[in-house]
Amino acid sequence: MNLTLKIWRQDNAKSKGRFQTYKVTEISPETSFLEMLDILNEGLVDKVEHPVCFDNDCREGICGMCGLYINGRPHGCDDGVTTCQLHMRKFKDGDVITIEPWRARPFPIIRDLVVDRSAFDKIIQEGGYVSVTTGGVPDGNAIPIPKKQADQAMDSASCIGCGACVASCKNASAMLFVGAKVSQLALLPQGKPEAALRVQAMVAKMDALGFGNCTNTYACEAECPKEIKRSNIARMNREFLCAKTCSEE
Amino acid sequence: MSTLNSKIPQGPLSEKWTRYKAEQKLVNPANKRKLDVIVVGTGLAGASAAASLGALGFNVKIFCISDSPRRAHSIAAQGGVNAAKNYQNDGDSVGRLFYDTIKGGDYRAREANVHRLAEVANSIIDQCVAQGVPFARDYGGLLDNRSFGGAQVSRTFYAKGQTGQQLLLGAYSALSKEIKAGTVKMYERREMVELVMKDDRARGIITRNLSTGELERHSAHAVVIATGGYGNVYFLSTNAMNCNGSAAVQCYRKGAFFANPCYVQIHPTCIPVHGDKQSKLTLMSESLRNDGRIWVPKNIDDSVAIREGRMKPTDIKEEDRDYYLERRYPAFGNLVPRDIASRAAKERCDAGYGVGTGQAVYLDFKTAIERLGAEKVEARYGNLFQMYEKIVDENPYETPMMIYPAVHYTMGGLWVDYELQTTIPGLFAAGEANFSDHGANRLGASALMQGLADGYFVLPYTVQNYLSDQIHTPRLSVDSPEFMEAEKSVKERMEKILSIKGTKTVDTLQRDLGHIMWEKVGMGRQREGLLEAIPLLAKLKNEFWSNVRVTGDLCSMNPELEKALRLADHIELAELMARDGLQREESCGGHFRLEHQTEEGEAKRDDENFMFVGAWEYKGEMAEPALHKEVLNYEFIHVQQRNYK
Ligand SMILES: Cc1cc2nc3c(=O)[nH]c(=O)nc-3n(C[C@H](O)[C@H](O)[C@H](O)COP(=O)(O)OP(=O)(O)OC[C@H]3O[C@@H](n4cnc5c(N)ncnc54)[C@H](O)[C@@H]3O)c2cc1C
Ligand code: FES
Repeated sequence: MNLTLKIWRQDNAKSKGRFQTYKVTEISPETSFLEMLDILNEGLVDKVEHPVCFDNDCREGICGMCGLYINGRPHGCDDGVTTCQLHMRKFKDGDVITIEPWRARPFPIIRDLVVDRSAFDKIIQEGGYVSVTTGGVPDGNAIPIPKKQADQAMDSASCIGCGACVASCKNASAMLFVGAKVSQLALLPQGKPEAALRVQAMVAKMDALGFGNCTNTYACEAECPKEIKRSNIARMNREFLCAKTCSEE
Repeated sequence: MSTLNSKIPQGPLSEKWTRYKAEQKLVNPANKRKLDVIVVGTGLAGASAAASLGALGFNVKIFCISDSPRRAHSIAAQGGVNAAKNYQNDGDSVGRLFYDTIKGGDYRAREANVHRLAEVANSIIDQCVAQGVPFARDYGGLLDNRSFGGAQVSRTFYAKGQTGQQLLLGAYSALSKEIKAGTVKMYERREMVELVMKDDRARGIITRNLSTGELERHSAHAVVIATGGYGNVYFLSTNAMNCNGSAAVQCYRKGAFFANPCYVQIHPTCIPVHGDKQSKLTLMSESLRNDGRIWVPKNIDDSVAIREGRMKPTDIKEEDRDYYLERRYPAFGNLVPRDIASRAAKERCDAGYGVGTGQAVYLDFKTAIERLGAEKVEARYGNLFQMYEKIVDENPYETPMMIYPAVHYTMGGLWVDYELQTTIPGLFAAGEANFSDHGANRLGASALMQGLADGYFVLPYTVQNYLSDQIHTPRLSVDSPEFMEAEKSVKERMEKILSIKGTKTVDTLQRDLGHIMWEKVGMGRQREGLLEAIPLLAKLKNEFWSNVRVTGDLCSMNPELEKALRLADHIELAELMARDGLQREESCGGHFRLEHQTEEGEAKRDDENFMFVGAWEYKGEMAEPALHKEVLNYEFIHVQQRNYK
């Protein structure tokens, strides 16, 4: 198929960006979206032009590195997939595809489609862990964990930190991302001792970094490639409220 | 060999590590703060090493190629991690894990290292549970296990089909804790481009800031290389796009020996190649072989009919299917080690029985669905099935999956001694980047185990032992001549590449490299092909340095330049792989020489002449590298022909 691409080009964080139009031809339906961009880039290098910069690594939907805003949707039109898992069979000949980076103030653009998501790491550094150091821990089976609880924790832990939740939210809220980590650790006995401190510290950091509030639209849940549930946000709010009341007591 | 001292502690095998720890030298807390350690790579090995060394009180700097350590290549591991907990009471023990690993590696690994690995494996599980890693559990709330290839016990711990992700997020959380505490400083979007030495010791690195293009100098008392494997030399592999062996090659050029470069693991269950613009291959976890059965049609006419679209796999009657692994290896069946399963698939396809494009076999869940029900199969493999469907557009619950072998893992790597120290003092290598524990073939679920063993439980002791001698060594200024010289030489290399302005793109040359390697240094190797590969690679190298086209400049984000630098190093490494494959006149594990096979087509080792680690020393750009041999002495294990029948 032959396609027209409108791609956001921006030289660096400070410069002004613009859309640029490109054509790609003879793209087969088995090609992945990122392979289609590879083909575009190889063509640009052939013409001694700058290839389009975009982040990617695993190309199998697990590292969370890729993330493009395609025709107005994070990770494009397919549900439950990342950009790298999107295949060209979802498009048809003659389509015009608009490709933008994540747009959110806490994620400044570095170049073209590449954004800086280090704000997520900063939130995790405030408490997205259990404070154990290497060695001196009990046997793995010392504390049985009900299967259901362990499975729920696993579902929350499936977040890949891609930032689609933030990009899809009109408030650029990171509640789904933070909620997933808070939930995972709150569900497990290992995370309990620090639960109250954790949720307060992470929420405070999230606010300080300029992420917006949640106004219950749940675009985040709809666009999450890993289908992380909104119930994580509810659990975080509960944990937060609990922590606040307890600390005031 | 005088140059290779593996520094294996004295004493009985099971006491070596305990003895080492008891005798190892320590550094007092006040001095730890004055000692700097650089860790390159944030996969399981790097992240766990940095977190543990930071927690001990050393001053750690860690370098991450992507925007966050949570994205390192380890994240993609699906199946699981081994440990000899014997929770299943099925007869597992440290001794058995040790034995399986040595045998799985086709008797080409060092006994003492492997035993230590088996000893510390249990602590890994405990550590990860304590971090909040949500491993799968049974209804009683205890940890669940599954089986992997090459083992007759169930010792693999897992978290759905996302074990690597959960283990890496555990290590990342430990790292985040140390970053917050200020003991570890994180440098993201950085790539190591050169090793800096002083007085024959590793004293720092030069990095390129991938966001800005700037070159930066970082000094330390010890450097840990945890940059993963070099499977991407083959262009198409299951490795992530950023995986590369360049850092290891940089160290090799500075004098670190490179061991067993020809040992490459081809994974039997990957989604087959679909076209020439494909950028990578996707693995379907080995855990699928627990319940999936591998087959091709018994009659070649059926295979032809399927390839031509006249028949569907579901049309083939049970008695017309050849479950060739179950037929050839009744004891292990579909769970034979990877090298064996891969070769068996290739053998069937070469004989004309392949399906799909001809380069594919079936992995069928029909029996499992009948036995367990679709729901249970979904609970076990749901995300893998979904992944398959997204890529291939076929529903594996209804029609069997198609799979084919693909390059997956590299057993070779920087040569290290028992302390994981390379031949350069102060330079350590961990995880897939070293050669140490898997011999000629790695068993499933053992790479995660090894990466975390190295990082959490080995390096904190051995790096400390090294640093105890360095407390009087002052910090090396980044303005010293050693740093200036190193930076100048990489800068010139980059400028040279940018100035060529030829006609071939990096991707084209990379594909050419992959093609040469897959054809000549791939799954079945032959003296002739290996001999042909060497001049072909020399020609490719020449083409690269005279005709590559890299756009953009030095001082901004430039992925083409990044790829070009890695490619230049991969071509050098490729040549070393061919040479190593050529010198090893035997078949063992992942290295299969067609000239050396039994009548039944199994690998034929030559223990008399080749029971050694082949470690290569760089001798300069124009000279041939020199081979050093570390002879493997099996004191405790009785060496046998590997047999999975
Ligand atoms: C698809 C897949 C599935 C797998 N499944 C399993 C499994 O189920 N069980 C199992 O045990 N093993 C599995 N493996 C193998 C295992 O994942 C790896 O061997 C292991 O994770 C390697 O860990 P590491 O820390 O050594 O290196 P990596 O995780 O590869 O980390 C090294 C990092 O360093 C980066 N890097 C490279 N060069 C530089 C440089 N110059 N500067 C800075 N950074 C650099 C790399 O990009 C990478 O992110 C799997 C592998 C793949 C590909
Ligand atoms: S590249 Fe890893 S999730 Fe897309």
